[in-house]
Amino acid sequence: MALKGAEIMKKLPKTNCKECGCATCFAFAMKLATGGVKLDDCPYLDPEVKAELKGAMAPPIKLVTIGTGQNAVVIGEEEVMFRHEKTFFHEPGIAVLISDRESESSIDEKIARVKNLRFERVGNVLKINLLALSNDSGDGGRFETLVKKAYETTDFPFILISEDTDILFSAAAMCADRRPLVYPITSENVSASIPKLKELGVPAGVKGDSLDEVISVTTQLKDAGVEESVIDPGSKNMLDGIRDQTLIRRAALKKGFRPLGYPTMAFPCNMYQDKYEEVLATSALMTKYAGIVVTSLTEKDFIFPLLVHRFNIYSDPRRPMTVEEKVYEVSQPDENSPILISTNYALDFFIVSGAIEEANIPAFLCIKDTGGIGVLAAWTSGKFTGEAIAEFLKKYDVENKVKHRKLIIPGVAKKLKDELEEELPSWEILLGPSEASDIPKFLSEEWKV
Amino acid sequence: MFQAPLEKYPVNIREVILGLGEKAKKIGGENTFPLHFFEGSLPNPPGLGLEVLDMQPENWPTWALDPFEDVVSDPVEWAKKGVEEYGAEILCLRLLSTDPMGMDVAPEEAAKTVRKVVDSLNTPLIVLGTGAEDKDSKVLTEVARECSGKNLLLGPALKGNYQEIAKAALEHGHAIVAQASMDANLTKELNIALCKFFPPERIVVDPTSSALGYGMEYTFSIIESIKQFGLVDKDNMMQMPIFADIGIECWRTKEAKESKDQGVLWEATTGMTFLLAGANLVVLRHPEALRLIKNMISN
Repeated sequence: MALKGAEIMKKLPKTNCKECGCATCFAFAMKLATGGVKLDDCPYLDPEVKAELKGAMAPPIKLVTIGTGQNAVVIGEEEVMFRHEKTFFHEPGIAVLISDRESESSIDEKIARVKNLRFERVGNVLKINLLALSNDSGDGGRFETLVKKAYETTDFPFILISEDTDILFSAAAMCADRRPLVYPITSENVSASIPKLKELGVPAGVKGDSLDEVISVTTQLKDAGVEESVIDPGSKNMLDGIRDQTLIRRAALKKGFRPLGYPTMAFPCNMYQDKYEEVLATSALMTKYAGIVVTSLTEKDFIFPLLVHRFNIYSDPRRPMTVEEKVYEVSQPDENSPILISTNYALDFFIVSGAIEEANIPAFLCIKDTGGIGVLAAWTSGKFTGEAIAEFLKKYDVENKVKHRKLIIPGVAKKLKDELEEELPSWEILLGPSEASDIPKFLSEEWKV
Repeated sequence: MFQAPLEKYPVNIREVILGLGEKAKKIGGENTFPLHFFEGSLPNPPGLGLEVLDMQPENWPTWALDPFEDVVSDPVEWAKKGVEEYGAEILCLRLLSTDPMGMDVAPEEAAKTVRKVVDSLNTPLIVLGTGAEDKDSKVLTEVARECSGKNLLLGPALKGNYQEIAKAALEHGHAIVAQASMDANLTKELNIALCKFFPPERIVVDPTSSALGYGMEYTFSIIESIKQFGLVDKDNMMQMPIFADIGIECWRTKEAKESKDQGVLWEATTGMTFLLAGANLVVLRHPEALRLIKNMISN
């Protein structure tokens, strides 16, 4: 990744043997730099050189997987500081903290709540990803009971937390097949932890009170062959968290500094007493680079804004957001309800459907697939023309949904009105407002059957 | 020892002064990214304002209305309560009554309301029209004249009316909000046009805001890129402080209308996100959202 073709070239045999399938070693080097061929395709690479190149070409931030199967949380391999420079790739895992000091009924209730924190939004499922199980009691038996319960009654990946390394690893052994993140691995317990991490094959949650401590721990882990770590810089509040997270990502991306080239985690649950403040810190730390955030909250009103926040920040700015083409029923319309039409650009959809709800007048909202581009651009490119809309109405049998023949079109599309009047002579075409925010007023004043 | 990869930028975001006298507020002036106290200088904390309407609010959920229930019929009392009870250090008076599609109140009348608010408090005041270009240029010109010398922040100055509004602001000693929708290049173009006759240190830019769940990420990235152009690329037409007017967007959403907790957090999260992107001035509707953000960003 970080290596250029010319730098790779220096390390190759330069025999132009062609056995890799490339005409020359130089061609191989260029392809390797862009990911078109694999290092193993060259049969004559010295193993030491191969290892060196492999290391140099690895992504600057390691990809780490916690959990297994479809619920696995995959974080890391981020490439930018600002999402507009490319995109953020792997959305952070949101973990809910459960302590083994809590009563059994409280634990049961919490687990049930967390399972229910699942929402659909424009065809995407937004949900909690992890349980952070914490051994606050200091009692090994109690912790094992908690881990066993979580293991048996949920399919979440886990973060296991205990200050007692023996308790930590005996719990990890119970659920190693689920690939838990084991935390905290510190400068004090790292030597003892290495054989167990390797034996169980689980990722390490590295904690340091300073970045120097973190670096010493990740370096020891890496040297011993533990590849996957997640870094907790031990930040005490939101502002410290933003600083630590920024410096870690910068060191990894801009300096290629391997000991900090891992995804990170943050514990807003330990930073604030006030629930509102915890929500804000959690959202801020997701924006500023944390790969996992641990929250103590399970109330829907606190979690839902966080899930939507993550969904927004991790959406890909290179791709327009779209919604499915269909006739949406907003607030249970009937045969006398208005029909509006717009594009499948997700923002337009949200704003228009929200405005109809605000108007308190049930309506059919026709959403035409325009490839996620807005009204005017879609009209220019032929995807939102009179003809295209007439076809849409036919395809979805809109005529039979209502008794009237009135279609409300976006106010910015003045020329579309003429086209539609030509295409749909039996329909009355109403030019709606140019701003979605004027829809409530428009509907309440203009809509009559 | 690990050497932290600190970054220094050789320029500062422009400092803009709002209001007069002891209670005047400066915004901007930083030479680093938002909240990066660890590597640069941020001489002024972000300005946080509370919104005041010049007419009775419509379609606000009860929990947005409750904090001002007793004062919503009087903008002067509303403004006072915002300052005295909820600790607002900046107010934003939205002249909703002037909407040509609504009550269409005359510019002179709207200007008198502004004058009353200005005379009753020394708190820095943002005065916003409704975005209707023709009407706003008449209203804001009248406000500029009526409150001559008070250093208000007037807006939004748009592509179609910035000349009239900026001319009046220049003549009567006010700052302006230059608004260009969701596009950093348009922001720059408008700044260039304005700076031909208007002092850059009296311009605040508004790339327009959208709420959490309704395009927040677009605003976030545009604010971040404007800030990056200004600081890293040293583009002096991108160094104006950035304004995010979020109350109106957040409280429109159905999520904000579902419950108080969710509503306050919808607004506070949106506000915090824009501060993290680089906004220098954020206007909120709910006093609890204001208090929360203020607590968390104080260094």
